[in-house]
Amino acid sequence: MSTATQVPAALEMPRDTYLNAGYGVKSWFLTKDHKRIAILYLVSITMFFLFGGLMAVLIRLELLTPAPDLFQSDTYNKLFTMHGITMVFFFLVPSIPATLGNFVLPMMIGARDLAFPKVNLASWYIFMIGACFTFSAYISGGVDTGWTFYTPLSTSYLNTHVVAAALGIMIAGFASIFTGLNFIVTTHRMRAPGMTWFRLPLFVWSMYAVSLVQVLATPVLAITLILVALERGFHIGIFNPQLGGDPVLFQHMFWFYSHPAVYIMILPGFGVISEVIPCFSRKRIFGYSAVAFSSVAIGVFGFLVWAHHMFAAGISTYSALVFSLLSFIIAIPSAIKVFNWTATMYKGSIHFNTPMLYALAFIGLFTIGGLTGLFLACLGIDMHVTATYFVVAHFHYVMVGGMLVAYLAGLHFWWPKMTGRMYPEPPAQLSALITFIGFNITFFPQFVLGYMGMPRRYHTYPPEFQVLNVLSTAGASVLAVGLLLPMFYLLWSLKYGEIAGNNPYRATGLEWQTESPPPMHNFHETPIVTQEAYDYESMNEEEVVIG
Amino acid sequence: MDSHAATVEAGLHHRDPELHNQFDTLEQQKDTAHLGMWVFLITEIMFFGGLFGAYLVYRNLYYPAFVAGSNSISIFWGTLNTAVLICSSLTMAMAVHSAAIGARKLLVGFLSLTLLLGLIFLAVKGKEYYDKWTEHHVPGANFHFDDPERPGEAPVPADVASQTSIYFSLYFAMTGMHALHMIIGVGILLALIWKASRGSFPPHHYTMVENFGLYWHFVDIIWIFLFPLLYLISRTPAMH
Amino acid sequence: MLPQYFPLFPESASTLSPRVDALFFFIFGVTIFFTVLVALLICVFAVKYRKDKHPVPVQIHGSIPLEIFWTLVPLGIAMVIFAWGAVLFFQEKHPPKSSMDIYGVGKQWMWKFQHPGGQREINNLHVPVGRPVRMTLISQDVIHDFFVPAFRAQMDVIPGRYTYTWFEATKPGVYHLFCNQYCGTKHSGMVGEVTAMSPDDYEAWLRGAGAFGSLATHGQNVFASMGCPTCHTGADNARGPNLYNIYGRMERMSDNRLVHVDESYIRESILNPSAKIVYGFQNIMPTFQGQLNEDEMIELIEYIKSLTYNGQLLQLQTNTQQEPPVNLDKIQKGVDVMQPGTNTTPMPRTSAVPVTQEAQEPSTAEPAPRQVVVPGKQKAPAKPSTTARPKGEQHP
Repeated sequence: MSTATQVPAALEMPRDTYLNAGYGVKSWFLTKDHKRIAILYLVSITMFFLFGGLMAVLIRLELLTPAPDLFQSDTYNKLFTMHGITMVFFFLVPSIPATLGNFVLPMMIGARDLAFPKVNLASWYIFMIGACFTFSAYISGGVDTGWTFYTPLSTSYLNTHVVAAALGIMIAGFASIFTGLNFIVTTHRMRAPGMTWFRLPLFVWSMYAVSLVQVLATPVLAITLILVALERGFHIGIFNPQLGGDPVLFQHMFWFYSHPAVYIMILPGFGVISEVIPCFSRKRIFGYSAVAFSSVAIGVFGFLVWAHHMFAAGISTYSALVFSLLSFIIAIPSAIKVFNWTATMYKGSIHFNTPMLYALAFIGLFTIGGLTGLFLACLGIDMHVTATYFVVAHFHYVMVGGMLVAYLAGLHFWWPKMTGRMYPEPPAQLSALITFIGFNITFFPQFVLGYMGMPRRYHTYPPEFQVLNVLSTAGASVLAVGLLLPMFYLLWSLKYGEIAGNNPYRATGLEWQTESPPPMHNFHETPIVTQEAYDYESMNEEEVVIG
Repeated sequence: MDSHAATVEAGLHHRDPELHNQFDTLEQQKDTAHLGMWVFLITEIMFFGGLFGAYLVYRNLYYPAFVAGSNSISIFWGTLNTAVLICSSLTMAMAVHSAAIGARKLLVGFLSLTLLLGLIFLAVKGKEYYDKWTEHHVPGANFHFDDPERPGEAPVPADVASQTSIYFSLYFAMTGMHALHMIIGVGILLALIWKASRGSFPPHHYTMVENFGLYWHFVDIIWIFLFPLLYLISRTPAMH
Repeated sequence: MLPQYFPLFPESASTLSPRVDALFFFIFGVTIFFTVLVALLICVFAVKYRKDKHPVPVQIHGSIPLEIFWTLVPLGIAMVIFAWGAVLFFQEKHPPKSSMDIYGVGKQWMWKFQHPGGQREINNLHVPVGRPVRMTLISQDVIHDFFVPAFRAQMDVIPGRYTYTWFEATKPGVYHLFCNQYCGTKHSGMVGEVTAMSPDDYEAWLRGAGAFGSLATHGQNVFASMGCPTCHTGADNARGPNLYNIYGRMERMSDNRLVHVDESYIRESILNPSAKIVYGFQNIMPTFQGQLNEDEMIELIEYIKSLTYNGQLLQLQTNTQQEPPVNLDKIQKGVDVMQPGTNTTPMPRTSAVPVTQEAQEPSTAEPAPRQVVVPGKQKAPAKPSTTARPKGEQHP
């Protein structure tokens, strides 16, 4: 029962949308509409992203030469700390779930809103309060712990505002918990009639897996950071070796959250790609259940591999073996996904719209990011490359090449749904291309640097590493162009973009059956689902009939 | 879901004032609220789980210090508090039952009783903290662990005495987090009592009372774990 | 020293390097294969099935055999890499028995190294080529990381506990030493150089490094000044266990556990004596927390390691077990090599104790008899000065 009818002319904006339901400040800041909250999140994380990006640019500029040119060591340390904290906790973790997920998840399952709209709004406020704490630490002199807050450096040796930064992250963590809780309950209880678990779009599956991880892992981070704050404030000795504490225990507790957090960051990306590729291949996804279950498998195994960040931290040989083995096993579900996405393109009818370009870039970059994870999971190699630029390159391939690119794919894909207008295709395609090229120039040299032994978080470095660092910085400037472009044309499209219509891509999925932008309660009638997800067969037939 | 009504419009026109607009039926709304509460409690378990994990690690590392530390806290007050908390769980369960049968006065009464027991618990906890403070057992600059000097017991060696700091750190972190949950619970209880006395929880709509009951029992259960871990288990070897 | 050209691959200068590199290239091959495979498929599909050329897609649900295929094949490859990596890891973790010891202490933001002969260096480490070196590492403040890329050797340096790594340099040269765990403001300044030298050069360097007595000698002084001989007399009825020949042994504890006596155990016994009580002894030892710095702790450990019943026997064993170049072995015999003429008695490398009396106390012309320093022999320990002598009730 698709309502997608592409009438070439006379597309009009719908009369009552969530955007024109109210214009006052209160209508936005006290809204309970998941779509408006998603926009609030979108604006906030875009600001944080720009801030984190600025830090990255400054870091790359400093690393142009081996000598300390622009900053003092302290400043440099603060830069990479703020870059890491901002990007991880205030951009990557909330990026897809809190914006795209918040916006489309209820629509995808045919619900009028999330299960707990007030909790949803509260989560944004909590997120912003957390950001205030952390940014107050930035403003009052910066933080130089590194985003990992390793003890005893963070607890006993630094004079910056570690407690404020840590508490900010802890508070923002609760926002993430509330979002996850909301998604889990919504997916369980709010599905439209006929929307069985195996008819759910894969984006919902991945959001469900993410939510489980958020709900289970984030509290551990919260308590860990509370202990760090207590240790700093009262010298209680839990992580302080001078008082009998164990600094490595902090690493266990930190990575117990932060490794699953890696999956909090990448799983939503998987979900977006699983939507985009079938749509622009005009084909149902290859191996639906394999992709769905691999998301859940990643969510579960993600909890069992944390100590692979600590192979060089003196953990016992046998526990290192177990964690290495499990790390190899968790590589498999990701591989399954990549193969299934590739197979989805087989015998499709491929359209090169911008989201598809980003999705293809994602597959390429994520493949490299994932495969280089094998080096790090491998005990013998990790003892050489751990904490070098090899690791930096690896996780940027996954986090930026994977997650950020997927986020951009999703943002472009659902942009017409969110705003009612199309983004302009040519500059968007160009920016996808520039991003892809710039990204590779920036981060590929870092693999080489890492194997050569350049340690991460180095303000100055030996001169023989300079050529590759210059290359990386050059790439960063290209990447910056690629990432700034969308900001301009997307804003431009808000006013001048083509009117999109309900379903500009003729995509399946309930979110495309309602108007763009959707009305206040998403649907004028509760949809009833009778088909599996990604039923592009009937969608294409309809198209033929219309065409 | 099958419980969804066929059309939104029909639902929107004749809605129970208590029914939020994202739901179709009160039944669905209630189920959803319960599930949400359970998921929340799971996060709470993970939150305390981090502390329990740290406890396990250090108990293995510094067993003698844990024995010594555990011997220094008062088993009498701990037991009393356990009893108080178990009773409060009972009164809370009775409150939920009263709400279910629509007995408003009983509901208010049981909630107030729960509140009272919660406050007693906090008062006793405060007394225990005060004792620890006067004994210089609060980790930090003034920490000092004196040998309890019980007759017939070997004195605690100096290295063990300094390691008891870790035990007390965990003692305060764990019971402190628990007490924080109790304080939040007491705050919510006050609100519930006020709302209940105004008749806000009719028998078909008392999800809030039920969910708070889940929360209260959860906090109770955490104590049921804390009590033996901190007061009892490590004490045994020294009590010949 | 370092290549001026633009390198893409690290120098390979240890016995482990080629092994790490071999595995690296294997995984690199796997990576290239799968990246090219996926990229190629995407490109081919993108061109072949583009909408102009292939307007009507073919709907395919999936294929169970294919799913199984691309689950099991990567799993198989992953297991091969895992097993290979695990074997390599065991080699990285377990230094050969014939390794010589060097101690490293990290602190913000410098490296201090101590050779058993007493040579101390800062941000510089001299090692011989062709002889395995075991590094025993500890930090004085925050977590650091000892990383020598050319040796493919890396280990975190943690406060409060020893960690170990080892390498055997294969070619002379100067290599980078990095701190590879973020440790505060001057993290990137916590770098140094590892100089691998031919055995002859190394010997010459040791001689010229100006050591004042071996670590064990210093340790002996610490041992005495802390009053250790009061209880660790070595007598059968002593209040503390006999420390003689203890290093490397399996020791039975009062709870019947068997504990391997290594550096970590000795350290723990000194700082947290209650943690493990040797079978048959009482928990009476005071803690020395806050009374010893890391350097003194290392000296003490090196001293306890040097306590053997028969140094001669140990020397014989050392000679047969390892086959280092002859001259190298001589270097390790202690300070006598560095202070030629004062003492010509050959010493095993770990027991340079008596020789270095002169270094501490130039007035003492003749070396102290060996037995006196040994707690097992019930004689007063020789000390540089009587003020450091413990209360004196140690003679039963």
